[in-house]
Amino acid sequence: MSLRVSVAASAIGCAIGIPVGALVAIARFPGRAVVVVVLNALMGLPAVVVGLVVYLALSRSGPLGHLGLLFTPGAMIVAQTVLVTPLVAALTRQIVEDADGELGEQLRAMGLSTLQRARTLVFDVRFSLAVAVLAAFGRAIAEVGAVLVVGGNIAGHTRTMTTAISLETQKGDLPLALALGFVLLAIVIVVNAAAAALRSHAARRYG
Amino acid sequence: MDVLRRSFLTLAAAALLALPAAAQTSITVASTTSTEQSGLFGHLLPAFKVATGIEVKVVALGTGQALDVARRGDADVVFVHDQAAEEKFVADGYGVKRTPVMYNDFVIVGPADDPAKAAGKDTLEALRKIAAAKAPFVSRGDKSGTHAAELRYWQQAGLDLAAIRSDWYREIGQGMGPALNASSAANAYVLTDRATWLAFRNRGQLRILVEGDVRLFNQYGVILVDPKRHPHVKTEAGQRFIDWLISPAGQKTIADYTIGGEQLFFPNAPKG
Repeated sequence: MSLRVSVAASAIGCAIGIPVGALVAIARFPGRAVVVVVLNALMGLPAVVVGLVVYLALSRSGPLGHLGLLFTPGAMIVAQTVLVTPLVAALTRQIVEDADGELGEQLRAMGLSTLQRARTLVFDVRFSLAVAVLAAFGRAIAEVGAVLVVGGNIAGHTRTMTTAISLETQKGDLPLALALGFVLLAIVIVVNAAAAALRSHAARRYG
Repeated sequence: MDVLRRSFLTLAAAALLALPAAAQTSITVASTTSTEQSGLFGHLLPAFKVATGIEVKVVALGTGQALDVARRGDADVVFVHDQAAEEKFVADGYGVKRTPVMYNDFVIVGPADDPAKAAGKDTLEALRKIAAAKAPFVSRGDKSGTHAAELRYWQQAGLDLAAIRSDWYREIGQGMGPALNASSAANAYVLTDRATWLAFRNRGQLRILVEGDVRLFNQYGVILVDPKRHPHVKTEAGQRFIDWLISPAGQKTIADYTIGGEQLFFPNAPKG
């Protein structure tokens, strides 16, 4: 459950965050500095606040209540997506902007449009962007505040590793909570190791 | 349009992942931390599923929060323990009818050496002694049924909490488990339901000091959220859950739940 929700949220977060971050990095428009500050600030968005806002929105008495998403994995994915998208966008912005500093002149000289340049640069730094993806996944899977509020920690349905750890701690079963913590840590390490292996393999293959 | 196409593919994959595993009848029950953390639901719900095929999803909160969740229409059934609040919930038109299901009792636990000399059978006297000694006391402070009961006892003891409270009275604003963890860490007194206490493992120096007072009786009731107020409520499945809880089979399942040979909840639904 932890994996499914966090992978889905990170995937959606990247699908939105990478294009947005890349465009902010390259495009020049009024208020850009403000957007950059807001994106960076949103990286520190408190998970519980996201949970509360998504809860109110998805509640039957809220604006999106008719979807009936509250206390389902769908709601958890929504909340985590809100949480990680700014993180991906902000990191992408930084990475792409740095690349733009190096290669931007050349690309502009080739007469490419903003969109084309963004695409080229994202492709160029795709291995560095893996860091953004991993950061998003890391934040999503380690997070407890938002999924607890919108998922409800329902056994076998919306219980994740983190909410299970929280529950066992509350029951005073500290050894079990700690053991679950180690399992979660192991999952995160395995995912990161796999990503690192994939990255070095890809780097060797495609240079 | 490489980036866009890839974005779209990831979105589609994520949407697939997000799809619910399989559609089947399930209801959402807003209930209390005591029923969840004592393990009762883990014992009860599988039996209900075998009997009816209905899956029950439990959201465990304090009684006050559970009623709020139901008031917003986010649950089909509430299963809580604060009779006054439950009756108000029904009277306000949010619930169909309140049915008593079972009871357990509260106990006051505290450090084994009992610095306030609070041990005994009289709840109110114990609270007076704790207040007089300014011995550390942990309060749920979360509008739960247990919190409501605690506030009622202070009042009945003739103590004005607002006037006498200081450092010794610690409101933690969390569930029963965290309150017990906090008491265990600080060697403080705390009011807890017996079920959560029996299932609790991190006891440290804590012992039961006050029990057996008729005031400590803790009644649980179950209410179907009114479909007139929230039309999407799964009336039929929700009602079957309530009917099963108060049926002889359901009542027996409740009585059968024990920890270390001790029965935790005592069924007392009205017959027929």
